[in-house]
Amino acid sequence: MRIHFKTSYNDDIRLFEDRFTALKYAALLAFAIALPFLLGDFYLGEATNVLIWAIAGLGLMLLTGQTGQVSLGHAAFLALGAYSNLILLDKGVPFIISFPLAGIITGVVGTIIAIPALRLHGIYLAIATMTISILADDIIVLTEPWTGGVVGMFPPTIDIFGFEIERWSQPDRFYYLVLITTVICTLFYRNLLRAPLGRAFAAVRDSEVSAAAMGVHISRTKMTAFGISCAITGLAGALMGYFSGMVNNETFTVVISIQLLMMIVIGGLGTIHGAFFGAFVVAFLPQGLSIAKDWFGSSSVAIPGLETGVFGMILILFILFEPGGIYGRWVKTRIWLELFPFARKDMFKRQKSYLKTERLR
Amino acid sequence: MSLLEIKNATLKFGGVTAVDNLSFSVEEGEVYAIVGPNGAGKSTVFNLISRFYDPFAGSIHFDGHDLLKSPPERVADFGIARTFQNIELFDNASVLQNLLVGRHRHRQTNMLQEMLFTPKARREEIAHREAVEEVIDFLDLQPYRNKLIAGLPYGVRKVVELARALASGPKMLLLDEPASGLSVEETQDLRWWIDDIRKQMGITVLMVEHDMGLVSGVCDRVLALADGAKLAEGTPAEVQSNPAVIEAYLGVGAA
Ligand SMILES: Nc1ncnc2c1ncn2[C@@H]1O[C@H](COP(=O)(O)OP(=O)(O)OP(=O)(O)O)[C@@H](O)[C@H]1O
Ligand SMILES: [Mg+2]
Repeated sequence: MRIHFKTSYNDDIRLFEDRFTALKYAALLAFAIALPFLLGDFYLGEATNVLIWAIAGLGLMLLTGQTGQVSLGHAAFLALGAYSNLILLDKGVPFIISFPLAGIITGVVGTIIAIPALRLHGIYLAIATMTISILADDIIVLTEPWTGGVVGMFPPTIDIFGFEIERWSQPDRFYYLVLITTVICTLFYRNLLRAPLGRAFAAVRDSEVSAAAMGVHISRTKMTAFGISCAITGLAGALMGYFSGMVNNETFTVVISIQLLMMIVIGGLGTIHGAFFGAFVVAFLPQGLSIAKDWFGSSSVAIPGLETGVFGMILILFILFEPGGIYGRWVKTRIWLELFPFARKDMFKRQKSYLKTERLR
Repeated sequence: MSLLEIKNATLKFGGVTAVDNLSFSVEEGEVYAIVGPNGAGKSTVFNLISRFYDPFAGSIHFDGHDLLKSPPERVADFGIARTFQNIELFDNASVLQNLLVGRHRHRQTNMLQEMLFTPKARREEIAHREAVEEVIDFLDLQPYRNKLIAGLPYGVRKVVELARALASGPKMLLLDEPASGLSVEETQDLRWWIDDIRKQMGITVLMVEHDMGLVSGVCDRVLALADGAKLAEGTPAEVQSNPAVIEAYLGVGAA
C-alpha cells in the first residue's frame, strides 16, 4: 500500500496524486502512442472505435454520472456533432475550425435544450430527452438539402494545413487524431473535477436543496453540465462520422442513446475510468459474441437482437451485483490485494443510518 | 438595525398555516433559539429565510438586503449558511469536497479557467483549501478528511454539515436541530463550538433546538412557537417559565 506524504495543499490538487500514478498514466499514454506500431489495421480500427466511444462516454458521464441528470438524447447530439462538422466542411470551412466548432454548436444547442428539461428528474428526464433522439431521425430527413436525408453524407478526407488524414488508407493518422481529442477531453474533465464547477455538479447530483443553500445556482449549473456534456458528445459524433465513413438518418438512433447510457453504468458511474471501461465493453462485445458463436459452432446462424440482449443482461447483472460498475469492482479488487490478507468481508458495505424522507422538514 | 428582521410573515401549505403572522428579529452577535412542539413551523421559518418558499405576506430583511427580492442561491452570497434537520450532505463526495462546496459563494473563476486549470484557478483552489482546513481543525474532522460521506456515522455527519456551513464564512448560521441524535458528549462539544463560533468568529447563530439544556446554556434569547405563531420571546429562563409555553408543550388541560 502506498502512503501519501503531503506537504502542501498543492499536493492535493495536482493532476495525479503522486509520482507513481503520474508514471502509470505516462506509461499508458506512451503505450497508446505506440499502438499503431504494434497493431494491424483491423485492430487499430477497433482501438480507434474504443476511444471514440470513450469520448462519447465522457460526455454523457459528465451529465449523468457527475451531475445526476439522465439523458437518452445523446444520440441526437452525436448526430448534431457529425452533421455540423460535415455541413461546415461542405461550406468550405477548414477542418481545424469545423471540428471544434461542431463541438461548440452541439454544446450551445444542448444548453438551450436543457432549459425546458431543468425541472424534470430521473425517469421523466429520461423520457423527455429520449424524444430528442426519436425526433432527430425526422429532423435529419426533413432538412434533406443540408443533411442529405436518407442518402446521407460522406465525410471527405481530413485536411489540416495540407496534412491529410484519410480514415481508410491512413488508419494510424486517424487514430492519432482521435487519441489527441480523447486526451484533451479527459484533461478538461479531470480539471473540472478539481475545481468549483465539478464540485457544484456533484452537489446538484447529491442534494439540490443544500447545493442551493451553499450558493450553487441550480439551473445554471445544470445548463452548464448539459452544455459541456453535449460539446464533448458533439466531438465524438463528428469522429464517429469519419469512422463509419457515412452518416444518414439511421446512423444515430435512439438505440445508440440507450447503449451509451448502459455503457457508462457498466463502466462505473461518476468516474472517468468508467467511460473507458464501458467503451471497451461496447466496442468489443460484437467481436466477443461472434467468437463465442464460433465456439458453439453456430456461426452461420444469425440471431437477431442477440447483442442487445446480452448487453442488457450484463447491465442487469451489474446493477444487481456491482452498482459501482467495472471501475468500482477494480478499485475493490485493488484494495483487497493491497491489504491482503487483512481485508474484511464487510469492508465495502455502506452504512445507511437514516432515511431521506421529508427532505426539507 | 437588526441583522435579521422578519415581519408579519405568513405561509400556508394547503389548509395548514405553517407560519402565522410571525415577527422577530435577531441582533448581530447573538445566539437566538426557536423552540416549539413538533410541527410548530420552526423548520419552515428556516426554509423561508433560505428562500425555498415564498411567504404569502410579510417581509424578510438580512443585513440591509430584502431577501424576498433574491433567489435561493443569492442567500448564501449575503452571508447566510445553514444546516438541515435531516442532514443534507453530498453523499457520494468526500468530507473535503463537501466543505469545499461550502466555499462556492467565493468562486472567482469561470468555466474556461477551471477547464484549463489556469494558475489563477490553482491559486483560488489553494485559498479555498486553506479556509476549509481551518474549519477542519476547529471541528476536529482531520480523521475523516478524505472519507466518503456515505460511510460516516450519524454524529460525524452532523459535524460535517456544521463544518460545511462554517466553511462558507457566513455572517449568520442557521442550525436546524444541531443536537438531535447526538450523544451527551457530542452535545457537550457542540455547546463549546457554538460558544466559540459566536465569540471567536463573531458569527450570529439562529438555531432550532429541542434540547432545553443546550438552549439555556448557549442562547441569549429564545422564541417559542406554536402552530406557526409567536407564543413568547425572551431569555431562556423567561420563556421556560411562561405559562403559555408550558401549556403548549404539555397540552391543553395539563397545566
Ligand atoms: N413542504 C410542505 N408541504 C406541506 N406541508 C408542510 C411542508 N413543510 C411543512 N409543512 C407543514 O407545516 C407545519 C410546520 O412544519 P415544520 O417542519 O416547520 O415544523 P417543525 O417545527 O420544524 O417541526 P419538527 O420539530 O418536527 O421539526 C407542519 O404541520 C408540517 O406538516
Ligand atoms: Mg423541523
